[in-house]
Amino acid sequence: MKSRGVIATLVTCWALALTVSARAPQDPPRATAVKAPAAPPAPTTDDCLSCHDDDTLKRSNGSPITVRKAVFAASVHGPMNCVDCHADLARAELPHAEKLARVDCASCHGDQVALYKQSAHAAARAGGADVAATCTSCHGTHDIRGAKDPQSRTYHLNIAATCASCHGNREVIAKGHIAAGDVATPFADSIHGRALSRSGLLVAPTCSDCHGPHDIRGKADPASRVSLANTAATCGKCHAGIATQFGGGVHAAVLAKGNNGAPSCQTCHTAHAIRHADDPQWQLTVVNQCGTCHQDKLKTYRDTFHGQATKLGFRAVATCADCHGNHRILPASDPASPIASANLVRTCGKCHPNASASFIKYDPHADKHNRERNAGLYAAATMMQALLFCTFGFFGVHTLLWLVRSLKDDSRPLPPPEDADV
Amino acid sequence: MSEGAALTPRQILRFDRLDRTLHGFLMLSFLGLAATGLPVLFSAAPWASRLAALFGGFGAAHALHRVFATILIVVFLTHVGRLIARVAIRKDYGIFWGPGSMVPQPADLRDMYRQFRWFFGRGPKPVFDRFTYWEKFDYWAVFWGMGIIGGSGLMLWFPVAFAHVVPGWVFNIALLVHGEEALLAVGFIFTIHFFNGHLRPDKFPMDMVIFTGRVSEHDLKEERPAEYARAAAAGRLADAGPPSRRAWLIGRLIGTTAVIVGLSLVALILYAVAAQP
Repeated sequence: MKSRGVIATLVTCWALALTVSARAPQDPPRATAVKAPAAPPAPTTDDCLSCHDDDTLKRSNGSPITVRKAVFAASVHGPMNCVDCHADLARAELPHAEKLARVDCASCHGDQVALYKQSAHAAARAGGADVAATCTSCHGTHDIRGAKDPQSRTYHLNIAATCASCHGNREVIAKGHIAAGDVATPFADSIHGRALSRSGLLVAPTCSDCHGPHDIRGKADPASRVSLANTAATCGKCHAGIATQFGGGVHAAVLAKGNNGAPSCQTCHTAHAIRHADDPQWQLTVVNQCGTCHQDKLKTYRDTFHGQATKLGFRAVATCADCHGNHRILPASDPASPIASANLVRTCGKCHPNASASFIKYDPHADKHNRERNAGLYAAATMMQALLFCTFGFFGVHTLLWLVRSLKDDSRPLPPPEDADV
Repeated sequence: MSEGAALTPRQILRFDRLDRTLHGFLMLSFLGLAATGLPVLFSAAPWASRLAALFGGFGAAHALHRVFATILIVVFLTHVGRLIARVAIRKDYGIFWGPGSMVPQPADLRDMYRQFRWFFGRGPKPVFDRFTYWEKFDYWAVFWGMGIIGGSGLMLWFPVAFAHVVPGWVFNIALLVHGEEALLAVGFIFTIHFFNGHLRPDKFPMDMVIFTGRVSEHDLKEERPAEYARAAAAGRLADAGPPSRRAWLIGRLIGTTAVIVGLSLVALILYAVAAQP
């Protein structure tokens, strides 16, 4: 009995539900379509390209609105819809207004944009320099390709040209007050620039390898990859052996103490005009670089034959590095230093075979004014000075008196004219 | 010829052919050494690299410097050899003392005193013997310079070998002395010697005796009467004949060139000294 009652109730409910559903409005989608004027469907990429792939269409100022279908399709964003980036157009009426909202790359590339926001480019933009680079300056707009694509602006071999569009452009440099000036031109001629452009080497560093891709910071920023303190690590990414040597020398030790007077890689090698280390002309310029701090040493070096000959552009005689070493420079008090007294015979012997213990008593930084260090030289200099002074003094006066007297004295007739005609 | 001799003054031989040749090579090597050495001494001067480049760069200038040095050493040794031969073979001790000697003597002090009196208008223009005191000074300046510059130059040329004899710090002194003494020599020759020998009004533009070897009887008699009288007494007044036109022309050409080059180098030195920071 009980079960019959339950079945009857269920059947009644089903019948009721059926009746209610049959009475309900018949076409719910049509009800949505009625609301359509307020929220039309987002335009598809094809919708957009129906206007934008046509290069006859122009803005009111005459500039084309062209986006080539093929170019966009080949870009890394090809599978996406226009409105994925131009989100403000998803609900706009077509044809849309000329002025669009700025595309926010961070909606997908949040990490990269966060890094960019710490960069010198972002800081310059914040400071009002609207020539400073944003995402599109380097990556492009509708034609963005992946960094591994040889046609990409950010492909390894293309980056230097991409950066050069501003950092080798006088107008941009002037407008943006870029302190470093044109760095693209010297870079193009540098050993790294040539390795990229001539040899096509992917292992050769381009701008972003030293400066970073997104968080490019000025060299004065302590967090910069190219700050004086960080350069050795940055160059050391490739030149690991040299960075280790440098780390063991006095200059790295001084830099580690926070003394920015000490040199790092770029101080001698320059930042953008780096030449092959075997280039003799470059080696000669390093001498002056050492002399910016070691002024007294440069001065006394220039008083020696080594310093005089190198000043005339002759590389076959010793420069600083020939005696002191290059990356791992150590004080004479360090037994590992090439100028430690125990090593001098070998060091001098590199150029002067058979140099002896007597030979190394030569002072390559002798100072004729320093009585304590170079007593003999000081005495010789004093004597020579006196000799020059006395000789020129006496004969200078003698000659002048003679000239004056001869001109006054007409006791002697002039020489015959045929003697004086040549 | 005999009629001509009565009209034109006789020419007396003062410097023989070898002396003139030695002086010619002395001039050549001295000018060459100065021109190739000064860029090194004044390496910081703006003209230094360009002057070195004139010789094909420092390397070439450096090599030429040693070629000229070798020539000058040969000139010096030839001269010294001649002196030794005079003493040892001809037993001519006149080079040590007397009018034919370059050794300074009391007469030179007297001559200098007279010369200064004349400078101040307190005496007549003095006359001299075979060699004047300034000629002796020129001679000894070169002689001394040869020892000092030549010696220090050889040390700098062969430092490792010389280090067996002297300690290394001597090379510091050698470089300084080489440069300073060279400056003295160059400055002296290109100003004082040029004036004394050639540019002074009596001789302007130049005294040709070192090129032709001949001095006219008239000049010799007037300027060096004691020498004239001695030569006359000894019968050494033979007419050497007029100087050849060729020797005269070459002398003028070389002499004028030397004066121009020398004075230009002096100008460069003065410029470098004035431009020094």
